[in-house]
Amino acid sequence: MTNPGSAAAGTSPTTSRLRAEQISKSFGPVHALTEVSLDVRAGEVLALMGENGAGKSTLLRVLSGDHQPDAGHLLLDGTPVTFHSPREAHRAGLRVIQQEPEIIPHVSVAENIYLGALPRRGRLLDKRTLIAQVRRDLERYGFQDVLDPGTLGSELSAAQRQLVEILRALAGEVRVIAFDEPTSSLSDHEVDALFGLIRRLRDDGVAIVYVSHRMPEIFTIADRVAVLRDGRYVGDRLVSQTDNAELVRMMVGRNLADMFVRDPREPGEVMLSVRGLVTDDVRDVSLQVRAGEVVGLGGLVGAGRSELALAIIGAVPIHQGGIEVAGEPLRLRGPADALRAGIGLAPEERKAQALLLRRSVRDNITLAVLSRLARLRVVRRRAERDLARRHVDQLAIRASSIEQEVATLSGGNQQKVVLARWLARRPRVLILDEPTRGVDVGAKAEIYSIINDLAGQGMALLVISSEMPELLGLSDRIVVMQGGRVTGEVTRAEATEERVLALAMAEDLSTTGAQP
Amino acid sequence: MTTTESPAAPSRPDPVLRPHPLRRTLDVIGVQNLSLIIALIALCAVIGSQNTNFFLVSNIKTIGTTVSIVGIIAVVQTVVMLLGGLDISVGSAAGLTSVASAMVFTSASSAALGILVGLLVGIGVGLLNGMVIVYGRVNAVIATLATYAALRGLANLISNGRAQGYTGTDSTFIFLAQGSVLGIPILIWVLIVVALLVHLMLRYTDIGRNIYATGGNPTAARLAGINLNRYVIGCYILAGFVAAIAGILLTARTGSGQPTSGSQGLELQSITAAALGGVALQGGKGGITGTVIAVLMLGVLQNGLTILNVNSFWQDIAQGALLVVAVVIQQRRGKLRAYGLPR
Repeated sequence: MTNPGSAAAGTSPTTSRLRAEQISKSFGPVHALTEVSLDVRAGEVLALMGENGAGKSTLLRVLSGDHQPDAGHLLLDGTPVTFHSPREAHRAGLRVIQQEPEIIPHVSVAENIYLGALPRRGRLLDKRTLIAQVRRDLERYGFQDVLDPGTLGSELSAAQRQLVEILRALAGEVRVIAFDEPTSSLSDHEVDALFGLIRRLRDDGVAIVYVSHRMPEIFTIADRVAVLRDGRYVGDRLVSQTDNAELVRMMVGRNLADMFVRDPREPGEVMLSVRGLVTDDVRDVSLQVRAGEVVGLGGLVGAGRSELALAIIGAVPIHQGGIEVAGEPLRLRGPADALRAGIGLAPEERKAQALLLRRSVRDNITLAVLSRLARLRVVRRRAERDLARRHVDQLAIRASSIEQEVATLSGGNQQKVVLARWLARRPRVLILDEPTRGVDVGAKAEIYSIINDLAGQGMALLVISSEMPELLGLSDRIVVMQGGRVTGEVTRAEATEERVLALAMAEDLSTTGAQP
Repeated sequence: MTTTESPAAPSRPDPVLRPHPLRRTLDVIGVQNLSLIIALIALCAVIGSQNTNFFLVSNIKTIGTTVSIVGIIAVVQTVVMLLGGLDISVGSAAGLTSVASAMVFTSASSAALGILVGLLVGIGVGLLNGMVIVYGRVNAVIATLATYAALRGLANLISNGRAQGYTGTDSTFIFLAQGSVLGIPILIWVLIVVALLVHLMLRYTDIGRNIYATGGNPTAARLAGINLNRYVIGCYILAGFVAAIAGILLTARTGSGQPTSGSQGLELQSITAAALGGVALQGGKGGITGTVIAVLMLGVLQNGLTILNVNSFWQDIAQGALLVVAVVIQQRRGKLRAYGLPR
């Protein structure tokens, strides 16, 4: 291995079970993986770490045959293998346990586990054998107290669903098994059972890849840690020879690109004030955003940031707490009310939540201002076209005309269309949820500059981002969330990647944290 | 995954270009409409070559008056489908209003009152459908399937399952059924006016644009401040109102209130016409022009099969087959994923 960061080469007694060589994978203009090489050895637990968007999930998808790499190849026990589909990877003995298991709701646990390989007598399902098989499996892996073979899929807890998925994966010959944040929905007791299972698999000679953000877990279960950053392999460490701080450094150690223009600005009045907000996913959140200020909302995926945004806009029910816009309390029955008060949200899932994919650039840009453009309900076409053209020019949206179907634009241009919609509407408060997801580098810089301009014009901006450099580069202030709560707030001057990441993982460290 | 990455055009400094005039003309008509028109002409040619009576003015008027009732229903069905819904109760609603208007006319001997009550019944039906869908959170197909059955039952109940009243001597109803303005029958005028008004609404008002947006991406529409509930209820009320007009025309044509005859099957015919005309079942795509051409096509087909003496049961089979074919073509065009494939 030529990588200077490799510490463990030669120190492990076992041989390489699965080897990824120079794997690259791009989605359009986005490089998800760049020449990643990685070894997983038989009988070891390799933890895979990295920030959101570092490429962990893409790598797992390559291993599971979901994605085919653009370049590079996989070696399984020294033999080159190519997987055209998840089925082929499965047949070769590779398993990836997804975070969100696919469970059939109205069918028993036993049938869910043996789906596709149900024991039969003639053409009939042999229910007795099936139940016996599942009982045997459960006892073998120590889950007999946690799971009953007869329970229906719909009655399972998140943890039980996870276990069903794992048991399903263990059918047949297993050579490599990857867990994608398996403990995010498990209780301590269940985590112990899972770790017992992982150790047993390891002792049986299975190679295990374990993806997690939770440091204490890594130190409990893993033998070795490999770190990815920005789709590249950073290096690996033996767990016995590293510590928390070093791993965080490896995950974030990246230079801020000179992508951020930032004009000096003086924040004005408090525009958005959220006090003690409680929803299904958000617990007692308070924060403020001033006019002309960019507040970054940091945290790991699932920290409740998007859910907070949806609550502020009135798209999900609020149980407690209040929202004020420019000092006026907001009575929210739906997004229309929030919009009338001057709050806009460019949501996380561009295609699913923001765009009318089969409609034109013009239709998409003017969607939120149609009533303003209408006289006696008739939309003034010239005014509409002018508005759309002006924003296409201003944001340098690359489209053949304003009538081009949005589905045919690149990701970056689609995102700019979403921004254009809000620029046209001119809300007082604009919430941007992952504004540069799936956007190439050039368009990212353009979007940053637009955000800077908007703040300069006095708009209050709340920017949710899972990318550290973006968060640090854009924000005047960063509010960090974890598990639906605000765990801390840092000013621009105090903000470092380590600090934000520590806050984002705060609860994990304090509650699960047995070891440093 | 349905997205194709377009190669951005960096060689063009001006990102906004006006499309070629010919291209724009085609865009106005639409590729789908053009193929429908061609199919319609071909159909006319085939039938006309078999029986030249097809081209008689009287026959063409017959086609026009037969399609008018289906036509106005298909127009509002289009609106509901654009919104991402479906209204199966339109036929039953028309039957109920037909009976109601005739009965009120008979007891009050006022055509105006009969028509007014009929229209109110239609609006009520639409309101009911909309409320059940929005506040009961019931799937539109199920909600209107329920009213489809219930309203038919109600129509039969109040009429004892028989034709009601006799409107054949009332001048207003006679005018509706047989009158004509500028040589064109009133029934056809009603279709023209309804289709034109709805077309203008869809194309030129913010209401129409919001209907497309809601059908195309409800989440996006909601986050853009569109009050979805109001639109859903409004569209079903429109559907109920126009179904009531259809019911009143039905009363006028047959001279009496008809609980089922004439209104039965309007739901299937209107959905077939809209689907054939290019309205996407998942909403957000299509228009009135396509639906109207499709209605004409169905009318011509039915008329042709009749004058060619084809067994009328075959017509039902043809209609069912046409619905499936129309939707299959659409799904192919829309590049929809096969059933059960993950995203």
